[in-house]
Amino acid sequence: MVENVVTLAIIVAQIMAIVGPLLLAVAYTTWAERKVIGAMQLRQGPMTVGPWGLLQPIADGAKLFLKETVIPSGANKVVFIAAPMITFVLALIGWAVIPFAEGWVIADINVGILYLLAVSSLGVYGVVMAGWASNSRYAFLGAMRSSAQMISYEIAIGLIIINVLITAGSLNLTEIVLAQQSVWYIIPHFPMFIVFIAAILAETNRHPFDLPEDESSLVTGYNVEYSSMAFALFFLGEYANMILMSAIAVILFLGGWLPPIDIAPFNWIPGPIWFILKICAVLFIFFWARATLPRYRYDQLMRLGWKVFLPFSLLWVVLTSGVLLAFDML
Amino acid sequence: MATTIDRAAKTFLLQELVSGFWLTFRYMFKKKYTLNYPYEKGPLSPRFRGEHALRRYPNGEERCIACKLCEAICPAQAITIESEPRPDGSRRTTRYDIDMTKCIYCGFCEEACPVDAIVEGPNFEFAAYTREELFYDKEKLLANGERWETEIAANLAADAPYR
Repeated sequence: MVENVVTLAIIVAQIMAIVGPLLLAVAYTTWAERKVIGAMQLRQGPMTVGPWGLLQPIADGAKLFLKETVIPSGANKVVFIAAPMITFVLALIGWAVIPFAEGWVIADINVGILYLLAVSSLGVYGVVMAGWASNSRYAFLGAMRSSAQMISYEIAIGLIIINVLITAGSLNLTEIVLAQQSVWYIIPHFPMFIVFIAAILAETNRHPFDLPEDESSLVTGYNVEYSSMAFALFFLGEYANMILMSAIAVILFLGGWLPPIDIAPFNWIPGPIWFILKICAVLFIFFWARATLPRYRYDQLMRLGWKVFLPFSLLWVVLTSGVLLAFDML
Repeated sequence: MATTIDRAAKTFLLQELVSGFWLTFRYMFKKKYTLNYPYEKGPLSPRFRGEHALRRYPNGEERCIACKLCEAICPAQAITIESEPRPDGSRRTTRYDIDMTKCIYCGFCEEACPVDAIVEGPNFEFAAYTREELFYDKEKLLANGERWETEIAANLAADAPYR
């Protein structure tokens, strides 16, 4: 009995140790995004609240928390309220299998990457439910776009992950990272890394693939009817998803917690720090792309997903397995 | 043939994407154009036409002689002047009002003034919550003159060679 309570307490403490810093990281991701995009547009970004605007995300959060939650009269109330929760929870539970260092993982399951793929696929449900339950045209159109887009790009992501899996020979995330000790997979699989980054931009509905939240044609897309904390949950979910996807990119291609070269000054820095630094680097690509690229048209988006990324990653799977088989490394 | 290969190479090496990303990356380290406004301010020309002020001579005498040239030239008809001889016989204004909500800040009053009494100073931060606060009377304008005299005098001196 006491043992059970202690085990439970340890699990809850582990979860809190990830979710707490994660939520703080999400808040500061919004700050970092505004600063980076500001800098690229020769602006300063938030500067007023706190030194260098560092308290801005907290002010934003407090503002959203104090606002009134408006539920449209035509909305399906249960689904309307459940949708942001689903989005937010799904963005958090993916972290259960992410290894921060060797052994630093809540659930070291041997099909971790499949779990992540499943969680990110479920993410579309929050969006679709939000769009449907709002009973609003713009929200519905946004949800339709989002579901079609996420399904299209998940196929490319799946094929890219297969490349990494057959190279590493494991579905366990820790083992995938350890398999990269000699060389990070970004080097042999560089084109796949580029495609993966583009696909996770689409998967998280970010620029230049942010058609579900297209301001100019859909107001803001699936979350147009949401206000207050419900909106904040979508917002947090979107950014938590970005961080999760960056973590997956780091694990699959950038060697997880491993230092770039295993020599003196680099391996003094502990693994989790490397992991976080690499996540920041991938997040920077997200912001960078947003500041650089114009939005895709919807047919271009679909063409890119189905006619470029899908055949290209499929070809790369054939190539990878061929090379691995020829050199007997499978 | 060569151009086809060039085009294909550019497409497959994502040349346009790379050059675009490189451009935004370089811009990230450029000097920012925006100022941190309430704490930083941009430079102002000595000719800047901001909030009005009525000036005095160094001995404390009002400059304004109630000639009403400013009132006459004001294209927005924002200035209202009434005058009477003072006990010592000199002509002075009893009322000098500027409706700052009508004023278009053209600077004609300042140019028309033969004694440099009415001037537009360097202050542009006089936003108010009510209209009434922007109906300036003589007292307010003279107070402005006292408050901004140093800057106004320096600006007039800097601009004098070009007048």
